[in-house]
Amino acid sequence: MTERGHAPQFDDLEQQHEAATLGMWVFLMTEVLFFGGLFLGYIVYRLAHERAFAQASSHLDVALGGINTAVLITSSFTMALAVHAAQTERRRRLFVFLLATMALGCVFLAVKGLEYAHKFREGLVPGPRFTHEPEQQIFFSLYFVMTGTHAVHMIIGVGVMIGLMALALRRSHAAAVENAGLYWHFVDIVWIFLFPLFYLVGRHR
Amino acid sequence: MKHYLNAGYSVGSWLLTRDHKRIAILYLLSVTFFFFIGGAFATLVRLELMTPAGDLVISETYNKLFTMHGVAMIFFFLIPAIPTVIGNFLVPLMIGARDLAFPRLNLASWYLFTAAGLLALGSIIFGGVDTGWTFYTPYSTTYANTHVFLMAAAIFVAGFSSILTGLNFVVTIHKMRAPGLTWSRLPLFIWSTYATALLFVIATPVIGITLALIAIERLLSVGIFDPALGGDPLLFQHLFWFYSHPAVYIMVLPALGVVSELVATFSRKRIFGYGFVAGSSLAIAILGFLVWGHHMFVSGQSMYAGMIFSILSFLVAIPSSIKVLNWTATLYRGSISLRTPMLYAIGFMGLFTIGGLTGLFLATLGIDVHVTDTYFVVAHFHYIMVGGTVMAYMGALHYWWPKMTGRSYPEAWGKLSALIIFIGFNLTFFPQFILGYLGMPRRYHAYPEEFQVLNVLSTAGASILGVGYIFPMFYFIGSLFARKKIGDNPWGATGLEWRTSSPPPEDNFRETPVVTEEAYDFAKAEEPELP
Repeated sequence: MTERGHAPQFDDLEQQHEAATLGMWVFLMTEVLFFGGLFLGYIVYRLAHERAFAQASSHLDVALGGINTAVLITSSFTMALAVHAAQTERRRRLFVFLLATMALGCVFLAVKGLEYAHKFREGLVPGPRFTHEPEQQIFFSLYFVMTGTHAVHMIIGVGVMIGLMALALRRSHAAAVENAGLYWHFVDIVWIFLFPLFYLVGRHR
Repeated sequence: MKHYLNAGYSVGSWLLTRDHKRIAILYLLSVTFFFFIGGAFATLVRLELMTPAGDLVISETYNKLFTMHGVAMIFFFLIPAIPTVIGNFLVPLMIGARDLAFPRLNLASWYLFTAAGLLALGSIIFGGVDTGWTFYTPYSTTYANTHVFLMAAAIFVAGFSSILTGLNFVVTIHKMRAPGLTWSRLPLFIWSTYATALLFVIATPVIGITLALIAIERLLSVGIFDPALGGDPLLFQHLFWFYSHPAVYIMVLPALGVVSELVATFSRKRIFGYGFVAGSSLAIAILGFLVWGHHMFVSGQSMYAGMIFSILSFLVAIPSSIKVLNWTATLYRGSISLRTPMLYAIGFMGLFTIGGLTGLFLATLGIDVHVTDTYFVVAHFHYIMVGGTVMAYMGALHYWWPKMTGRSYPEAWGKLSALIIFIGFNLTFFPQFILGYLGMPRRYHAYPEEFQVLNVLSTAGASILGVGYIFPMFYFIGSLFARKKIGDNPWGATGLEWRTSSPPPEDNFRETPVVTEEAYDFAKAEEPELP
């Protein structure tokens, strides 16, 4: 094991590890509330404009959304394997699984970018150039804000993976990988909610 | 002797420090700066209101003045003041830790706060904001003609500073307490700071996303709260108050903790009903999340929602009055010494009670309709925010000044200032209760002539209050140059922070303290050095 000693404010490595884990959970709690405001907005507007929301959701590409869901769930699996590799201190495996997680994250972002490009072409981007029924605009405002916020979290996650890969070349840092894993799974779960809410609910009514 | 202040004198040793005590000093400078910025706007507001005619500024300027007074005072003084200055300094000391759990994150919080402050100053310098501190849509969106985007960005960034501070406190209090310091032995300031930290991490993200939505709506002309596009401006109010009502408790809970410390020390008695006082902090934090709708009684929300929010708001009075009653019971047969910090604590108890009781008026649906958006509301929340939080903050500064600097402030000047602040405060804000009850609305720069006498009284009080705040600035700074040092525990107080030297060494304790007794065990405490 090549871990460094604990930071001076802690008594031992165990205390430091516990503090880091608790800190991550508290951070994820703030993230839940951050997205919570958006989900509340979604619920309020869905109830107010049910028909427009159902119509608007049929403009979304279920196939691409489905592929992305599969990609993200797979990335959560590789992330879990990376955490296991870090805990068992197999640095080569750790590096490979971090790379796989990062690559899947990039695939997700690429597909998302493709979808955004389609929406731009079809005049579905809210604002002055929105060409569809005005009531659908609110659906797409929420769609872009919520998936956009999610994508920003994905980009940060990809950056974290790169940082951990650089770290894995020198040592296996189990605490950091575990915390990154918690973050990655959280971002996945947000998508697990976003996908049905935007792509599936009320679609064929 | 080596301590945190003389550990290094370079600029870098301050700006790159990870020492929670130095970061507390950095925050002290920042929030003091914003206190005087906010105070300057308040001065202009009170000057305008000396005469019934709107003669000093035009109405648009007046809108900006009260908005920027509110923004500066709430987001850049009241919310951060006690947690980031007093809390940052004391949390590790009180629990016997060498630092917060994440010292670099703590420094990052200060940098975020500073960045937010610069954005806010930028917004002010470019022409300011006129939406009111509440940023209600559509003032802040469809009809905004001021620098809403910059100010929203400022508060968004300041929010992250709050979140990181809260996270740091929660983890530190959970994981880094000294051996023997169980939850039931914690000082009450730690309990209330813990409750505040929970509010920071749970409530603040919501204002973050809400203001981000406003910013997106402004920047990309995307309709989210715009009724023309099917949006709902009331949704903004719900999201805003879901944060901003708990934020009221973010502002007052740390103050309640400070007063518990002061009352115990200067009565030389264990606080009466320790468990209830500790628990009431958590109760206030939890109830604080369930009452936001009382800001929206006249907004058109459902009558049934209004009734439920009204009843829940009454419940907040229970834990609040537990605190006041238990402080009073602590005073009973205590050995009371009326030092400056205690004067502030006693002032707090009276003013907080008035502020709290008038809060019940506002929680009553029928009365609230009569006084909504009048000076009654303004007076009510100033009794809590200024009469409560600022009084406690001043008390805390005086009480822990010897610990922070190793120097004593001049007691006679301290008492005089406390008295001036108390008189000035009441003269400023008590007339506003009457004005509001008689029907004077807030946020207007002109008013009917029959209100002039009370408004002149209020402005006169404000100038007295201003003097009261400037005195301590001078004698605190002056005390730094005093030769005479003060002992490690001048008040004969209990608590781990008094067991280390003044000012404390860089890593707080030469050896990790072990706690073997309950909090506020004055039977074993040292005698006060200053009788």
